[in-house]
Amino acid sequence: MPNIEVAGKSYETDEEGYLVNLADWNTDVANYMAQTENITMTDQHWEVVNFLREYFEEYQIAPAVRVLTKAIGKKLGAEKGNSEYLYGLFPYGPGKQACKIAGLPKPTGCI
Amino acid sequence: MLHIINQSPLNSSTLDTCLNTASGGDILLIEDAVYAATKGNAAEAKLRAANGKFKVHVLMPDLEARGLGDRMMDGISAVDYGGFVELVANSKNCQSWL
Amino acid sequence: MSDAKKFMFVNRKAPYGTIYALESLEVVLITAAFDQDVSLAFLDDGVYQLKKGQQTKGIETKNFSPAYRALEDYDVEKLYVEKEAMDARGLTEEDFIVDVTVLSRAEMGKLMDEQDVVLSF
Repeated sequence: MPNIEVAGKSYETDEEGYLVNLADWNTDVANYMAQTENITMTDQHWEVVNFLREYFEEYQIAPAVRVLTKAIGKKLGAEKGNSEYLYGLFPYGPGKQACKIAGLPKPTGCI
Repeated sequence: MLHIINQSPLNSSTLDTCLNTASGGDILLIEDAVYAATKGNAAEAKLRAANGKFKVHVLMPDLEARGLGDRMMDGISAVDYGGFVELVANSKNCQSWL
Repeated sequence: MSDAKKFMFVNRKAPYGTIYALESLEVVLITAAFDQDVSLAFLDDGVYQLKKGQQTKGIETKNFSPAYRALEDYDVEKLYVEKEAMDARGLTEEDFIVDVTVLSRAEMGKLMDEQDVVLSF
């Protein structure tokens, strides 16, 4: 399996670049992952990433985009719980990209 | 002799066959077989009846994984992985029922 | 939703001993993306999948039971447990990690009959 080097430390990733061990995650890794996705992390990005990590902690799954959108709307308000906002932050898919940055596996039901 | 069983009693005849065939010794319930040793399971009575002829042990990590660590029936011994090894080491021979 | 088919997933295996329970759950989550009418039925040892308080650290396996609580987010809200199976295992409705509808074996059979697609795990 490929490894990534971040701040002098080595982390195991899968062939699509997702972190293998959830526990390895830290903000350095998140920023590195974001960079590989051409994303500059802002507070809005962190809000979604942290939301995903909390969701995973609670349910042990990475939610599908549709579910993520709905759940974000419930927690952070309707102006954030819509695809336009989320795709604005993560153009190649909030599920795929935000999960990768959050150190989670690829969402179940992500086709 | 040590008999190791890993199938749920309500999904497989393994426990029945073991209880009916084996002449005595130790029985260790692991994996899905741990359900047999939980209070209220339909197999509880069978296991209770066999309790003099056999000494029955349950692998606790498997029972806890299934959310039943607090439902173990009385008269059974709980073992961890170390206890599992000890049982095998102290038995003359051993059968893993399939 | 008018052309939605009725899908039922029939779960009859205990978790962890085999891979069926986890595989079923993953297929359910994927199917939920297609806006179908999804029901989950728990029969025989399948009722053990919903047992509260699973702690899998000792067997070094992922505890996937919290994901049943996320089914609601996926609009999967029809969960049925067979009463006879529950009783034979010394379990009650309070033992489950999610709210379920308890059905008799006969009622379950009738419900199964009404489905367009039944997938068995």
